[in-house]
Amino acid sequence: MNRFEWTDAATVHEAISQLNGRAVVKAGGVDLLDRLKEGLEAPQRLVNIRNIRGLDRIEEGKDGLRIGPLVTLARLSEDKLVLERYTALAQAAGRAATPQIRNMATAGGNLLQRPRCWYFRQEEFHCRRKGGERCFALDGENQYHAIFDNQLCAIVHPSALAVPLMAFGARVVLTGSKGAREVELERFFVTPEQDIMRENIIAPDELITEIKVPRLQPATRSFYIKQGEKESFDWPVADVCAVLQTKGNVCLKASIVLGAAAPVPWRASKAEASLAGKVINEQSAREAARLSMEGATPLAQNRYKLAVFEAIVRRAILRQASS
Amino acid sequence: MALQQSQQQKPSAAEAKTANTSIPNAARNPSNDEPNKKRNATRREVLPAGIVGTEGMNTVEREIPADEPPALKVNSSLAVIGRSTPRLDGRLKVTGKARYTADVRLPGMLFAQVVTSRYPHARIRSIDTSLAERAPGVRAVYVLDRVLGNAELRDKSKELPAKFPIVRFAGQPIAAVAATTQAEADDAARLFKVEYEPLPFVVDEDEARKKDAPLVFPGAADQGGTAGGGGGPQGVTQEGNVRGPVKSGPRGRPAGDINRGFAEAEVTVEGEFRTQVQTHSALETHGVVADWKEDGLTVYASTQGTSSVRDEFAAIFKLKKSQVRVVTEFMGGGFGAKFGAGNVGVIAAQLSKKAGAPVRLMLTRKDEHLSVGNRPSSIQKLRVGAKRDGTLTAIHLFSYGTAGTGTGAGAGGPAQNMYKCPNILTEEADVFTHAGPAAAFRAPGHPQGCFALEQTIDELAEKLGIDPVALRDRIDESPARREERRLGAERIGWSRRRRAGSDTGPVKRGLGVAQSIWYRFVNMDSACEVRVTQDGSVEILSGVQDIGGGIRTVLAQVVAEELGLKASDITVRIGDTAYPAGPASGGSVTTGSITPAARNAAFKVKQQFLEEVASALGTMPEYLKLGGGQVAVFDRNPNWSDGDRQGRSYKAAPIKSLSFRQAASRLKTEQIAARASRSDDYEKSRATYGGVQFAEVAVDTETGVIKVERVVAVHDCGRPMNPLTVESQINGGVLQGISYALYEDRILDRNTGLMVNPNLEQYKIVGSRETPRIEAILIEEYTGRSSTDAGGIGEPATIPTAAAVANAVYNATGVRVREMPMTPARVLAALQSARGKGGVRS
Ligand SMILES: Cc1cc2nc3c(=O)[nH]c(=O)nc-3n(C[C@H](O)[C@H](O)[C@H](O)COP(=O)(O)OP(=O)(O)OC[C@H]3O[C@@H](n4cnc5c(N)ncnc54)[C@H](O)[C@@H]3O)c2cc1C
Repeated sequence: MNRFEWTDAATVHEAISQLNGRAVVKAGGVDLLDRLKEGLEAPQRLVNIRNIRGLDRIEEGKDGLRIGPLVTLARLSEDKLVLERYTALAQAAGRAATPQIRNMATAGGNLLQRPRCWYFRQEEFHCRRKGGERCFALDGENQYHAIFDNQLCAIVHPSALAVPLMAFGARVVLTGSKGAREVELERFFVTPEQDIMRENIIAPDELITEIKVPRLQPATRSFYIKQGEKESFDWPVADVCAVLQTKGNVCLKASIVLGAAAPVPWRASKAEASLAGKVINEQSAREAARLSMEGATPLAQNRYKLAVFEAIVRRAILRQASS
Repeated sequence: MALQQSQQQKPSAAEAKTANTSIPNAARNPSNDEPNKKRNATRREVLPAGIVGTEGMNTVEREIPADEPPALKVNSSLAVIGRSTPRLDGRLKVTGKARYTADVRLPGMLFAQVVTSRYPHARIRSIDTSLAERAPGVRAVYVLDRVLGNAELRDKSKELPAKFPIVRFAGQPIAAVAATTQAEADDAARLFKVEYEPLPFVVDEDEARKKDAPLVFPGAADQGGTAGGGGGPQGVTQEGNVRGPVKSGPRGRPAGDINRGFAEAEVTVEGEFRTQVQTHSALETHGVVADWKEDGLTVYASTQGTSSVRDEFAAIFKLKKSQVRVVTEFMGGGFGAKFGAGNVGVIAAQLSKKAGAPVRLMLTRKDEHLSVGNRPSSIQKLRVGAKRDGTLTAIHLFSYGTAGTGTGAGAGGPAQNMYKCPNILTEEADVFTHAGPAAAFRAPGHPQGCFALEQTIDELAEKLGIDPVALRDRIDESPARREERRLGAERIGWSRRRRAGSDTGPVKRGLGVAQSIWYRFVNMDSACEVRVTQDGSVEILSGVQDIGGGIRTVLAQVVAEELGLKASDITVRIGDTAYPAGPASGGSVTTGSITPAARNAAFKVKQQFLEEVASALGTMPEYLKLGGGQVAVFDRNPNWSDGDRQGRSYKAAPIKSLSFRQAASRLKTEQIAARASRSDDYEKSRATYGGVQFAEVAVDTETGVIKVERVVAVHDCGRPMNPLTVESQINGGVLQGISYALYEDRILDRNTGLMVNPNLEQYKIVGSRETPRIEAILIEEYTGRSSTDAGGIGEPATIPTAAAVANAVYNATGVRVREMPMTPARVLAALQSARGKGGVRS
């Protein structure tokens, strides 16, 4: 790990003013430290935003929920309001990583953490995402890699929070030297075709200063399922969030987002469409689950993920019908 | 190397290990080979024999050395031995006060880092160390002229001479640097300029077997074993990367004629099973602090064998053994991979010699995965023939496995030794690949062998329409396992077991059973000294190291039992070659080897103690009795328990009593001490240890995820000295077994030969939420073999778990998963292919 300067920023403004040259933001530091230790990056300065006041609130206003970027996963998973209204978000926060990590990891850092692909994470592999020529996963060891949009680079997006947040139609507020802008999460993440070296559109001198989740329509419920090979200390091989607005047992509107499926959180549009106006039952859930995998292009070793996704998508849909 | 030669001859796990070898006769004593050596006086002694609680419980008469203590009664009649005793060092460990090798800090100590190869196969053209040498804080650099651990060409002329050792796996150490801080050493290690000539490589064992595969060695190669086993036999024929197969059977030679056996069979089952490479992943990585001085070398090492490490250092650096001192106060796990100086030790000592300062080298987790050992893979074709009543007629195993650049990937032990069968042939071949060399790993060859054997026996039972437990009652001659099956079946509720695949929902539950076999080995280099001081304090000293099994506590128990004290009254000093020689901890030998020495020494010092105290009190030593921290004084011998002339037994009452401490104050000198080693086993016929494990699993047939919900593990280990730590070993064995069955996998990238998961995140290990309810049940089996009659548990505890889980998965789903780890991908594939054949209910 290289030597670096350390700045403790007291305000958003101060942090932004420090974000020049080879400086990076440090929130919980869980992901950043790993990257430094692995030698993937050698920043000159770490700008610690952990002590900035006011960025760790969870508030509900007229237009919905506002989450500060420094709210930890542990807090999100236990917050009453989140648990009750935005259940899937609390579930995702509570299933990610491990209790120790959840105590440190922040919501902003979770959205911005870099991919966990084992080629990307090792210095020895100079892959496309690091400016190299090839994606080692495509003809390599790809059992945990993407099944959609995986032609150029087969990473899966690592953020658990992004899955429910995108399903809820959340936006992030980005504040930089030129002011603040608000971006739909859907447009925040970028595919390898758009830019293979990055996963989102945040500028080097910008901070996520808020995450906004719109007010839910009445009779809307959400459910998140993470399916890993094991439960402790592991990542999902597949995860899903289904947000359904219902009338009786008829689905009015469905929002279904898959994690660990593609380089970005992956909206299962066909599945969503198939549910609209249907009675939620085993049959419609099964059909939606099948459609969620339509168009998948599995690699040599990750075809099994299709079955896992189908199972959890169906279960996530049915769980809400029963709750 | 001389060291390895001699280690190979010892009755270590080396012999049980693997490709090829036979199971050794128990406890071969070097003195056996010298029949002319004068025999010491002996006496006859009656010892407990049999399994407590069974009809077979009895006694046996043995001829034992005259100076050894009287027979130790069964556990229920003892005060300290056999009682669950919390670890004496538990508090130190959980409060972080125990000093592990990684915690050693010596004045002026430097920190080292290793430079390793990023190619799996290469010649090194040049190494430029100049930048590194000039880097801040750097005090010494070292370039390896030899790499330990890899097999070596039998005929060196088969390979073009090379200036530097040829790289045969990614992660092979090349050079190293020592600096005043770890950060400086890490930085400097990046400044070595190594010019490689990359060569073609192969990391997949199937590819490596092909005719045109790149060769790992351009000729036949051999690898020596270590005190913990490892290394196949020498001089085996080799073609390309394939070494062997070596043909063997029970106790060495193939038994009978398998062709005849299969001809006689009325039912035959066969299958191919695959197991992965598992790395040891001990929490403490390999590491040493080496302190080279003019008059000798002191090494603080994370090792399982203070003595075997000392021996290797002495051999490599041409020092007298007395000039090398190895210290292992606390140890963070080894599982078989930590017996020698190894490259890590040599590098640290060389750097220390050059820099004139102590050097600390702890491997990174990545290097730990890559370069210091693993459990070889296996591809096993197993065929078993039987009569309709279950009687086995033939067992034939053909296996390939890769130990990377090492040898010894056989998996034949269980097939050779578990069941009674007149015709047994195992053929085990090693396949060299460009991957880190294997090392002995908790029961070498056996977990993989059981995965195949125990699933095949399960299949046979089904085919014969016999319950798997009942079938084993017919074909397994071990009385211990018979009792273990009975106890285990009752505890888990085996009668609940239904036909395979009975559950109708997506999550299916099932029960499975599998058995363990391991062998009694004894290490004769086992000695202890026990000291009693006038203030009443008692110490035991031995070179033996506590690798986590709890021998520190057990030694205290043994001494306490003999002296009538509590375990916590005894100070235990171990893990230092400055003390009497201790055994290396491999092959589950530690407790069985060292506790008799401890008891013999305690018995000797007790005799002296009683004599001196009796003479000070003006009485006879026989009239004194130790117990409860007291010395009771009688007016006759209190051990005459056969009663008075009328046949009434009487209880002698002491005429007075003094505390152990008061008694000690009457000693003639400040301290008395006695030293004893171990005599050869009283009975030397072959002995085995075993166990039976029952697993209950839930299989989600939609996601392919297996959850182990409960394991009942019934084991024998001779006399359980400390049931609490035996149970801990069983818990650990079961967990490591589940981890092996479901998660762990060293994954090498086929295109670059690099490991893609060299960490503990993507190299997956069982965690808290995967921990099932584990119920350990011990049986107490006496065989009258030593003054403590203790055996071993470390290895047998992990052997059957993966097989039991696999059998439970079959019982749950009706589908066999023949490849480990049993990941969702493999489970779903197995279900899918069975569905194709109309085999699974959903
Ligand atoms: C064993 C293990 C298992 C894990 N499993 C999961 C899992 O299942 N699901 C999951 O989602 N995650 C998982 N994680 C990852 C973990 O959740 C993330 O590393 C963590 O959420 C990152 O948060 P942080 O606050 O520590 O971020 P940091 O490490 O501080 O930052 C991460 C990145 O975001 C940037 N950044 C952080 N905050 C801001 C901000 N407000 N504005 C601008 N830039 C910012 C930093 O510059 C950095 O690049 C796992 C991690 C481990 C080690």
